[in-house]
Amino acid sequence: MADRVFMKGSEAIAEAAVRAGCRFFAGYPITPQNEVPEYFARRMPQVGGVFLQGESEVASANMTYGAAAAGVRAMTSSSSCGISLKSEAISWMAGARLPVVIANFQRGGPGIGTIQPSQQDYFQATKASGNGGFEMLVLSPSTLQEAVDMTAEAFELADRYSNPVLLLLDGFTGTMMEPVSLPEPLSEERIAAIRASKTWAATGKRGGAQHKVMCGPGLDTRLSQQAMNREAAAMYAKWREEECDCEEFMLEDAEVVVTAYGISGRIAKSAVKLLRAEGIRAGLIRPRRVHPFPAKVYDSLDFSRIRGIVCAEMSIPAQFATDVEAVVHGRTAFAYALSSGGDILDRSEIMEAARGLMRD
Amino acid sequence: MAKGRVEIYTEACKSCRYCIITCPKKVLGTTEAVNSKGYQYAVPLHPEDCIGCAMCAQICPDAAITVYREAK
Amino acid sequence: MMEKVYSRPSGIFEGAVTGFCPGCLHSSVSKIVCEALDELNMVDNACYIQGVGCGGLVVTYFDIDTVSAPHGRACAVASSFKRCSPETLVFTYQGDGDLAAIGLAETMSAANRGENFTVIFVNNGIYGMTGGQLAPTTLLGTKTTTTPYGRDIREHGAPLHMCEILNQLEAPAYIARVTCADVPNVRKAKEAVKKAFRCQIEGKGFSFVEFVSNCPTNWGMSPAESLDYIHNTVLKEFPLGEFRAK
Repeated sequence: MADRVFMKGSEAIAEAAVRAGCRFFAGYPITPQNEVPEYFARRMPQVGGVFLQGESEVASANMTYGAAAAGVRAMTSSSSCGISLKSEAISWMAGARLPVVIANFQRGGPGIGTIQPSQQDYFQATKASGNGGFEMLVLSPSTLQEAVDMTAEAFELADRYSNPVLLLLDGFTGTMMEPVSLPEPLSEERIAAIRASKTWAATGKRGGAQHKVMCGPGLDTRLSQQAMNREAAAMYAKWREEECDCEEFMLEDAEVVVTAYGISGRIAKSAVKLLRAEGIRAGLIRPRRVHPFPAKVYDSLDFSRIRGIVCAEMSIPAQFATDVEAVVHGRTAFAYALSSGGDILDRSEIMEAARGLMRD
Repeated sequence: MAKGRVEIYTEACKSCRYCIITCPKKVLGTTEAVNSKGYQYAVPLHPEDCIGCAMCAQICPDAAITVYREAK
Repeated sequence: MMEKVYSRPSGIFEGAVTGFCPGCLHSSVSKIVCEALDELNMVDNACYIQGVGCGGLVVTYFDIDTVSAPHGRACAVASSFKRCSPETLVFTYQGDGDLAAIGLAETMSAANRGENFTVIFVNNGIYGMTGGQLAPTTLLGTKTTTTPYGRDIREHGAPLHMCEILNQLEAPAYIARVTCADVPNVRKAKEAVKKAFRCQIEGKGFSFVEFVSNCPTNWGMSPAESLDYIHNTVLKEFPLGEFRAK
């Protein structure tokens, strides 16, 4: 039976990672995710794993790259500007097709911004986490239980596609406490088997062929890099078909749709329930994964019935909303409930926006 | 009879001349002959003087020289 | 009957020729690193973390497991790699820009943590691959493409002495500066590399071998002139020797 515990988000995510066989973590102090490296510092020695505090986010991201190159399930986490510092290493992880789990506990921005939660790194996360046009699966939980489940899922996806995976979180999810059921830890045999399956790890030829972990397998990177990019492009296209994951709540008869992801998705869901109590038939679209973007869900809305869509997001200017607008392409009205710079999204603003669409 | 002998992997030689300036017996030099990249590769001009000391091979950056020496 | 007394070490691709310029001592460094690995029977058990710069050209030469690290980050990559794969002999192969400019923090921090891997540091006092810019170890007065009027201490600071700097730290176990600019030093350099590798194998911690090297192309000299320049000038700024051997 999974353990049911009352835990802080950062620590629940770290414990979920350990149970998913993560045996390397490198991090650097930055609010609001300090409890992640702190937790791993305590936990890794207990499970024979490695914890390293880097001298910077740049160093810790490259350390995580190094651990993955040795075939170990590896993770790093940071917050907004820290993720910016890691972007080159993340691009290298994608260029070298290394499985790594990265967590971004978004905080107000740009620049140092604030230490409170925000969703201002949406474009960074879903469009370009680094140079070169690579993509990552981006998972965004709205509850701690989802955060725990998605952490385990992230390690599976990273290995399945041999690619970095991003957990797009926020300061809320990192610091709030909630009861969660932690998954059963993988057995040591399973963890060893997973590592052994990574035959490409460069831990020594030992009589066999040479292993190379690098972007583009050879010096003639023009050809080999292009070949690797074609292969990656095919994978990214496959994700659009097979890896979308989106919650659709009370859409069947909805006349106004609220859409939001991550913690905003949770606030939006309670707004929808309250609107329903007022007699307004509201529905919710909440992508659990913001990349690949669940375009089909928006595309298949009954635009003859709905009055409009409320985009709820902790980002000014809006970012996630622009992807919704791109798919909807003017087929209905839009209203917005936005906060930014660390101010928390206000549920009543979502409700007011929905009521406004009903009036117009 | 020479106490030593060298074999030059001519394709690896880049005509840096380190072996030529290092050889204590002035055995090595270059001719008009070039390899596929156009480098005038080193050749033993006076093989009879070679003592098999392998200094040429040790200074050669490109591991282009194999050295044999009279077994004692 | 003649017996073979010297030939190519294993760990080099069959018939491979390095991509370095004629007379570039990068070739010598990579050759003796292979000789050291060969003599310690470690070729099949090694992995090198390559930095970005001319040194990266060894990728078509070393038949050794390879991990390519972003510019300046080889010491961070090596730190975690070695901790996750302690039975592998791990070394970084870096130039002066990679190790002492963009990667200075990673180098200092890994050395200060006493990470149990070996650094092969090729100091040729210039950015070679990118066409001859100022490096942290460029000698004062030297004209480079970014110090066209000569390196000036008031403008560009003085050369960084990495062995001496790292020698201030508690943790490092082996620190030596060598060169391949003549035969006696080639022999000493190989012994230093073997000592550094043994230091790692015995788990003593961070080992560091700095090679005073050349860049005929960007120094604007013939290969032979560049060796003389090392002997007559560079070695005065970067004295050879074993700074520490725990």
